[in-house]
Amino acid sequence: MTDLLDLTALEAREALASGAVSADEYFAAWAAAAAGDELNAYLWRARPGAPGCAGQGDGPLAGMPVAVKDIFCTEGIETTAGSRILEGYRPPYTATAVQRLTDAGVRLLGKTNMDEFAMGSSNENSAYGPVLNPWDRERVPGGSSGGSAAVVAGRLAPWAIGTDTGGSIRQPAAFCGIVGLKPTYGAISRYGMIAFASSLDQCGPLTRTVSDAALLLGILQGRDACDSTSVGLEGGVSLPDREDLSGLRFGVPAELARDAVDAGVRGVFERTLARIEELGGEVAEVSLPSAEHGISAYYVIAPAEASSNLARYDGVRYGMRQGGDGDLIEMYETTRSEGFGAEVKRRIMLGTYALSSGYYEAYYGQAQKVRTRIAQDFDGAFAEVDFVVTPTAPSVAFELGEKADDPLAMYMNDFFTVPMSLAGIPAISIPAGLAEPEGGGPRLPVGFQIAAPAFAEQRLLDAAHALEQEIGFDREHRPLIPWLQGGGDG
Amino acid sequence: MAELEAVIGLEIHVQLATRTKMFCGCELSFGDEPNVHTCPVCLAHPGVLPVPNEQAIRYALQIGLALECEIAPHSIFHRKNYFYPDSPKAYQISQYDIPIASNGRLGEIRIHRAHLEEDAAKMIHVGSSGRIHGSGASLVDFNRGGTPLVEIVTEPDLRGAAEAAEWARLLRETVRQLGVSDVNMEEGSLRVDANVSVRPAGSEQLGTKTELKNMNSFRFLQRGMEAELARQRELIEAGGAVTQETLHFDPASGALTPLRSKEEAHDYRYFPEPDLVPLAPTEEMLREAREALPELPAARIERYQAELGLAPDVALTLASDPETADYFESTLAAADGAEPKVVANWVTGELAAALRQAEVEGGASGSRVTPESLAALIALVQDKKVSHGSGKTVLAALVAEGGDPAAIVEREGLAQMSDSSELEAIVEKAMADNAAAVEQIRSGNQKAIGALVGAVMRETKGRADGGEVSRLIRERL
Amino acid sequence: MIDKEQVLHVAGLARLRLSEEEVETMVGELSGILEHVDRIGSLDLEGVEPTSHVVVLQNVLRADEPRPSWPRDVVLSQAPEPQDGAFRVPSPQAE
Ligand SMILES: [Mg+2]
Ligand SMILES: [Zn+2]
Repeated sequence: MTDLLDLTALEAREALASGAVSADEYFAAWAAAAAGDELNAYLWRARPGAPGCAGQGDGPLAGMPVAVKDIFCTEGIETTAGSRILEGYRPPYTATAVQRLTDAGVRLLGKTNMDEFAMGSSNENSAYGPVLNPWDRERVPGGSSGGSAAVVAGRLAPWAIGTDTGGSIRQPAAFCGIVGLKPTYGAISRYGMIAFASSLDQCGPLTRTVSDAALLLGILQGRDACDSTSVGLEGGVSLPDREDLSGLRFGVPAELARDAVDAGVRGVFERTLARIEELGGEVAEVSLPSAEHGISAYYVIAPAEASSNLARYDGVRYGMRQGGDGDLIEMYETTRSEGFGAEVKRRIMLGTYALSSGYYEAYYGQAQKVRTRIAQDFDGAFAEVDFVVTPTAPSVAFELGEKADDPLAMYMNDFFTVPMSLAGIPAISIPAGLAEPEGGGPRLPVGFQIAAPAFAEQRLLDAAHALEQEIGFDREHRPLIPWLQGGGDG
Repeated sequence: MAELEAVIGLEIHVQLATRTKMFCGCELSFGDEPNVHTCPVCLAHPGVLPVPNEQAIRYALQIGLALECEIAPHSIFHRKNYFYPDSPKAYQISQYDIPIASNGRLGEIRIHRAHLEEDAAKMIHVGSSGRIHGSGASLVDFNRGGTPLVEIVTEPDLRGAAEAAEWARLLRETVRQLGVSDVNMEEGSLRVDANVSVRPAGSEQLGTKTELKNMNSFRFLQRGMEAELARQRELIEAGGAVTQETLHFDPASGALTPLRSKEEAHDYRYFPEPDLVPLAPTEEMLREAREALPELPAARIERYQAELGLAPDVALTLASDPETADYFESTLAAADGAEPKVVANWVTGELAAALRQAEVEGGASGSRVTPESLAALIALVQDKKVSHGSGKTVLAALVAEGGDPAAIVEREGLAQMSDSSELEAIVEKAMADNAAAVEQIRSGNQKAIGALVGAVMRETKGRADGGEVSRLIRERL
Repeated sequence: MIDKEQVLHVAGLARLRLSEEEVETMVGELSGILEHVDRIGSLDLEGVEPTSHVVVLQNVLRADEPRPSWPRDVVLSQAPEPQDGAFRVPSPQAE
């Protein structure tokens, strides 16, 4: 039964299709595993046969369970985005991304924990407690899609979907030793995905293998009449089968490389560059002069949009209301002050300030111009190389509480992932190896980020797959999982 | 002190008569049960996204073109952020620095801009309910929330309350004839706010303005502006200064009371709406909008005065009622050689009166009187075949039963008397019967001739020509 | 960077009530973040077009066709204080 949980999603789909395993048996195995969640990774779990977990009988993913970040609205099933202000909220509708999955036969296994409104890089900002990293429970799984990363790495779900605004899929995937893909902005509908920063938010898969990511992306992507900004991926997505990298050029941004990266992470990164060359790929230096300003631009644009997106949580139509016995303003302020956590308040303050009269040009206006420059930098780089590669994060998973009271240090986690978000281009993080944390201790996963031009997902997946086969991380390593015999090498 | 001149600009919100809301598929409604036309989008549930209504864009283009505006080749939506229960997202999606239409005019008044936005929900104040220190509560009904609006902003070109109210009527008529809105002020599908200030006559710079809201009829609009102008003039003449504020007009008392601001400091923190992509009207959209434009009142008024020489008031009367205006034009075409003035007077005068008399609904175009028959009647009168008085009798018959005026004249024996020997006999009899009147005339009282003419007319049942009758009388004095 | 007055003003705009200590920490944290962010203030970006969106679409519109609205009991089922088929809120006039 437990070896069922060791199948990749692609293997499981074949087992289900061939009838070797029954959908109910397979779902029951995962439901049982999810029930044993010791990582605080799930906020809601389906009981087999319970409403919400029933997917259509057939379809390309018939019988496949999926874990969904709690930022996606699911009709009749509590959806909180990790916030107190939405506690008990049952959406009257289902997000397009989730609908596309269930239409393909997928069964909803559970809703995963996350940083409140996707604001965080450690999952410590959830109103429902932090998620633990399955590799080391003293450490964070990354964020904001930490729950989705932890359930996949911890064998509590075969795969999951999350959202990435500045690295919220890629960084937790790196910290948990799995694959995380942020598609091109517009590839997947945002309808029903609770908004953090509308011009940056994008849904994507968190999986154990690149093939699983391709399989999920193929179902998720597509133009949606409910999302004016959705485009889809022309020609769809096919399973990657490339085995070498000959003829492909990989660019290492000089500006990003020179910045502070832990020795262990740098070691894995260098080794991965060598593997690229062994596979016939070419490694070159490229220049992204404005990329180092990505964090500054991002921490103006994202909070500005968030301050407006989160203004609707006012205690009038749904969700939490406090102070309803006072006048209107007292109700607003009490509801929002008690409903939002510290990081969300911080970002709302930052964004409101950046948009307020007298500061718009200096902050929001200037940040949008930096955004233009960063996009132009990537255009320039992709004229010379096929892909831009960086470490996904400057360090391996850090300890719970380590950065909790230093917002800026926390924001620096997004240093390598934010530029791609600002440019709207696709980027994937694949596990490239293990490295010791700076302070010493058991080795932890290191992510390798590959970015491609907009809508070049197929090429990106093909290359990532070839490299993944060479690295063989998923075959060789896995976290110590008490409820699986054997267990990994830690 | 120089006399203070009024400076008025208007902001008009027009609810578009689309079938669905601006950003979701909920149907528009008026007066329905609360919250029966809502959905996650117009209730701003988490995760929803707006998708603009194509018909609203087309209507906005028609309004822009009708107001002779420049259409922006590329315009975007912004978010106007403020907290209020009538704004479910806590921001209104509106156009800010690039409106879809700008720099136009209607008549003599310049249009600053016309932009697209969404309407707010309705709030009904309900009484207190023993709350700790609440003075009561409001109930929010989101049926109206998200209705497409075009906001039209004029330059401060209006110089008086009456002028402003009349121009607003012209605008209403213009939008009505476009067929893009019900423009019903009572129901709020047309809402007019006024920016009012005064300044020394001849001065170039603007005085401090106040904004008047909630004037839900043209009469109240004018009364509100008059009241505010008077208040400002008194204030300044007493050496005081106007403070910029928003005033709420109470039609009942005629009082103007300051409104509490929705968001202190009015810092709306506008920024480009990231959930929407730019609007770039295509050639096809612009052509369709142009082709959809009827001839609008302002143009008709100009043409009637310049080409047909009609008086301004007659031109306005006709232009405000396109059906009657068309009826007038086909009558004019049928009555070859007739003076446009004369035909216009028959349509807006005699015919309108006859229809009112007979309580006929639906105006001239809906009546039994065809343009051809009216033209024929006008010709009979002009050629003196029928007296003007008998003409009205014929018209009454036409209104009642329709048909051919000549036949009615024949049937009723209304033809003007041509046999002068017969008329002369009647005239001489009348003079004999009214010797007194004859005496008075001889002694210089010309008015007395009226009595003789009247007597002849009675005898001839109005078939005689008044001029001819007095000529015959004078001959015989 | 940002002082107490500004923090309180911005909190008012955002409809957040901050405790004394929250204001203090907010002043410190926001100032630290803004100090970093201010680096882009010194960049010469004259003539650079601002990017508010990376998608190149335009005129993505919806046909004016009604689709059923939500049942009122469904939309009111989430309301903190439904009353007479509407959403009750404390009166803005209350003082
Ligand atoms: Mg407006
Ligand atoms: Zn709706």
